[in-house]
Amino acid sequence: MTEVQISAVEALVKIALLLFGLMTAAAYLVLLERWIAAWVQDRLGPNRVGVPLTKIKAFGLGQPLADGLKFIFKEEITPKHVDKFLYTLAPISILAAALAIFAVIPFGSVLPADVGIPGVKHQIDLVVAPGFDVGLIYVFALSSIAVYGVILGGWASNNKYSFLGGLRSSAQLIAYELPLGLGLLGVVLYNGSLQLETIINAQAASGVWNIFLQPLGFVVFLVAAFAESARLPFDLPECEQELIGGYHTEYAGMRLLMYLIAEFLHMVTVSFLIVILFFGGWHFWGLTGADANVTWATAILRVLVLMAKVLGVILFFMMARWSWPRFRFDQLMTLAWKVMLPMGLVNVVAVAVLAEYGSSVPMWIGVLGMWAVAVGAWIVAGIAAPLATDNRPHAGFEVQQASSV
Amino acid sequence: MKADDPNVNWIEEPSLGLAGKMYLPLFVEGLTTTTRHLFGPKVTVSFPEARPKSGNPLIYRGVHRLNKDEQGRVKCVACFLCATACPAHCIDIIGAESPWPDREKYPESFVIDELRCIFCGMCEEACPVDAIELTSLLDLTGRSREEMIFDKEKLLSVYDQTKDAEPMKSAELGGTV
Repeated sequence: MTEVQISAVEALVKIALLLFGLMTAAAYLVLLERWIAAWVQDRLGPNRVGVPLTKIKAFGLGQPLADGLKFIFKEEITPKHVDKFLYTLAPISILAAALAIFAVIPFGSVLPADVGIPGVKHQIDLVVAPGFDVGLIYVFALSSIAVYGVILGGWASNNKYSFLGGLRSSAQLIAYELPLGLGLLGVVLYNGSLQLETIINAQAASGVWNIFLQPLGFVVFLVAAFAESARLPFDLPECEQELIGGYHTEYAGMRLLMYLIAEFLHMVTVSFLIVILFFGGWHFWGLTGADANVTWATAILRVLVLMAKVLGVILFFMMARWSWPRFRFDQLMTLAWKVMLPMGLVNVVAVAVLAEYGSSVPMWIGVLGMWAVAVGAWIVAGIAAPLATDNRPHAGFEVQQASSV
Repeated sequence: MKADDPNVNWIEEPSLGLAGKMYLPLFVEGLTTTTRHLFGPKVTVSFPEARPKSGNPLIYRGVHRLNKDEQGRVKCVACFLCATACPAHCIDIIGAESPWPDREKYPESFVIDELRCIFCGMCEEACPVDAIELTSLLDLTGRSREEMIFDKEKLLSVYDQTKDAEPMKSAELGGTV
């Protein structure tokens, strides 16, 4: 086989592995989410379904299969009042975008060169599109397409709850793209690359993960990531209590399943991004090594470390769902524009200073300085407190009432 | 009523403080609460394997039973007081001449329609000889309506099934036995 054919086969194998892994992961994350939800509420959660056609229960590990079959056998309803073309296009576009993002997200480091596959003499990168220079821009371009899926679904459903969900979603996602980008910009500025593998390698080489250097950027990115993946406490696009499901109210069967998988994949995506950008990706001190010389043991260890970190972030996402109440919509917007955006700007400026002068001072001074900036910015945000509201009548109340009429 | 109505009594809210405005107590409290419950004891009962606690079995109102005396005979004297007291009319008794010398009548047939029964316990209250009692059996199931109509043999078998766990309650509750 020629060189081109080999690399094509390599890419196809990686795509197949990734798709299989992601679909299985999404199914089992649903089970995990239901378990966590149940345990937090002092229930037992799904623990009955086991191996099909037997009486083996296996802690409910057969539940994803049952859930999937249920969705597949459900009636595929297309309501009469919807825009048929957009109604079908919306879930497809959101799922396609959510899956395509993983082309640039590394799910490990590299496999050693003596891997034993005939014809392959080089190290195999554990990412579908290795060496993709604009990786992060690609991620953000595709995550913006997810907004289209939500808005199209809400619009095409021709239903006021769906429409409100779509509107809320568009406002929220556009507002939080900015802090997300600013949180990211600090990392890109410091590590000097848009390529996710390079960012991991830089953190591994220095041994200092970005969270130690950029706590403020991490907070901004984390909050924005929660909002972007529309998870509680930022799930206003689909809050069941107010919008009976929001933009996917009118969806059923496989198309609903596509939406739900896409939502879970968004969560997995941002968990990967958080780990890669701020927690050093596959790197762990004294365990995985830091350079490109890998043996089989370190290669597998790196994959495991990365997956463990991602699972930890996902568990935090699931716990956060039950820990804090949902924001009101004006608080959501205030948080984005008056808190997270200035904080992100402060972080970018601080990182720029660090990147320029950081090499002339010891590392610990830089770390200390960045933490001082983070705590200071947070205290200023607390003193300004743009989210605190006061509904009591005050001086000038009458005037305000009159002018608003 | 407007917000500046003089009748509205505005209460001073407790101050959040700087830490509160920085969302720190909220963050910590929320996460500790959920973590505590995550590992805390669960209230769900895995029903067929584990049985729910039904409180005091002496006063729980579940499936009926017909008590037997020391010689294994049915205690009922077919006085019809339970059937008269029953608000759901679910008790059907056919009395007959007693074969035993210590009483005049005994029930030839004693049928309770468990589907009509409202488990009010009036039959138990009415019975002068503590023959009918409500047990703490709560999973009453059947595959047909006929199966849920309990005859004398069935009700006596419920006694055999429950007599060890639930001795006749009359002595403790001040009954006539």
